[in-house]
Amino acid sequence: MKVQLVKLAHARSGDKGDTANVGLIALRDEFYPILAREVTQSRVKQHFRGICHGDVERFELPNLGALNFLLHHSLGGGGTLSLMTDAQGKTFSTALLRMYIDIPDDEARGLGLS
Amino acid sequence: MKQKVRIAAGQGFWGDLPDAPVRQVEEGPIDYLMLDYLAEVTMSIMQKQKARDPNAGYARDFVPLMRQVIPALIDRNIRVTANAGGVNVKGCATAVLEQARELGFAGKLSVGIVTGDDILARLDELLDRNIELRNMDTGEPLATVRDRIQSANAYLGAAPIVEALNQNVQIVITGRATDTGLTLAPLIHEFGWSLNDWDKLAAGTIAGHIIECGAQASGGNCQYDWQNIPDMANVGFPIAEANPDGTFVITKHENTGGRVNVPSIKEQLVYEMGDPHEYITPDCVADFTTVRLEDAGKDRVRVFGIKGRPATEFLKVSISYSAGYKAVGTLVYSWPDAYLKAQAADRILRGRLDRLGLKFDQILTEFVGVNATHGSLAGDPTEPAEVQLRVGVRGPNKAMIERFTKEIAPLILTGPPAVTGFAGGRPKVEEIVAYWPALIPKQEITPIVEVLKA
Repeated sequence: MKVQLVKLAHARSGDKGDTANVGLIALRDEFYPILAREVTQSRVKQHFRGICHGDVERFELPNLGALNFLLHHSLGGGGTLSLMTDAQGKTFSTALLRMYIDIPDDEARGLGLS
Repeated sequence: MKQKVRIAAGQGFWGDLPDAPVRQVEEGPIDYLMLDYLAEVTMSIMQKQKARDPNAGYARDFVPLMRQVIPALIDRNIRVTANAGGVNVKGCATAVLEQARELGFAGKLSVGIVTGDDILARLDELLDRNIELRNMDTGEPLATVRDRIQSANAYLGAAPIVEALNQNVQIVITGRATDTGLTLAPLIHEFGWSLNDWDKLAAGTIAGHIIECGAQASGGNCQYDWQNIPDMANVGFPIAEANPDGTFVITKHENTGGRVNVPSIKEQLVYEMGDPHEYITPDCVADFTTVRLEDAGKDRVRVFGIKGRPATEFLKVSISYSAGYKAVGTLVYSWPDAYLKAQAADRILRGRLDRLGLKFDQILTEFVGVNATHGSLAGDPTEPAEVQLRVGVRGPNKAMIERFTKEIAPLILTGPPAVTGFAGGRPKVEEIVAYWPALIPKQEITPIVEVLKA
């Protein structure tokens, strides 16, 4: 079944120059392996097409049940140079939570998602 | 040696809730008040203020704040670490001491100041010696913006703040010190941590990272269960309650609003994170993949397990330079067809800018209510009640940016109908002061610590 990340995770995002970071945090510990398996670097790059103009890097923080993504060249030059409403990438967090991932029906049922 | 040190964050940025630091002092027990005032381009604003007035160039709000809390600081021996000094640390300290004397504390208050971070006057000498100060993000040499530089400061770490605290001062004021160093230094001072005990330095650094954005660790901007976070009108700012072994608890004063729990701390831990294995500061390299969190009761989260590694041989330098001008104009279009009207207005505006021959480095149109935050991810808008057209331009030619600002209001009488939202007059032309991050070998920077007395 398709599940939107907002059902599985919460998130916070911020900026470093023209790079946005999104920390994606599992709402429950047992959701973390699903995030780690499904929310890959390439899927995040694809999700943010037209918004992220550079590479996407992904880091794992199993200790926090979290993944950290760096979205390079995403903030219109960054800092004071940017003309964007969200020059600091503060809403990239919820933009990532819009993503849908596929979870096998059995697994989803086991986690009480269906 | 104290067995527990309570460090309270009073400001998440310059301009945060004015009463927050006072409440941290008055509404419960604390040992230190930590105040972070400096965002990346704040130093350039302060350089400009100092150029106009040699007594200015620091966070002015800090002075009346200290006047308000000095009696309590002395009475309860609460100490302050603050990077409020900007580019005029001595001026800031002098103003605080003046307040202390007026309050009758002559001879009873001393202030430590930390300088040596300001390298603006040394730039040519450094460049001559092939210290290139290349942009960490783009790799460009500093020479490309040399004639437009407005400020240049190395980020100092905890060590000079510790040196000041060791001299028994009540308040330490720094220039460009790291926000994490303002929290780490009191812990090194109180617990006698060695400057190469990397795990403990990393622990103090991560404690600093958690509280440096103020209430963003205690319920503010928190997505997890945000509707049920209690009494945000009365939000309590975070406090790190640290132990000599490097473990600590994040909490807040009793009877304040907001919430400190494991999810709120997780959200703040990942804020502005790069590679979590190496969070680099002047003091150490902290590893965020080692942080362990545990619920320790209502509004208490225990943090432990933190590992660190030796500091690098470099300090980060923040340089600001003038990078042209920008302006942003907005208008609001209402139902029906609000989005279509806003799009039509954008086309008309761009046509006029073309006819005028105006050239910009960048022109950006956003439709607030449709796609300003999530772009194409937002999907097709249904029929919104209103859409704000928001057009920004940026470029080196101030006259062209100014001309742009005169093209917004006329759209009300010369464009699509049902338009409003132009109460503020013409958009303001802003000078852009951009940020240039670089690295400098540590041996080039010598922090200076002085003590001044009231």
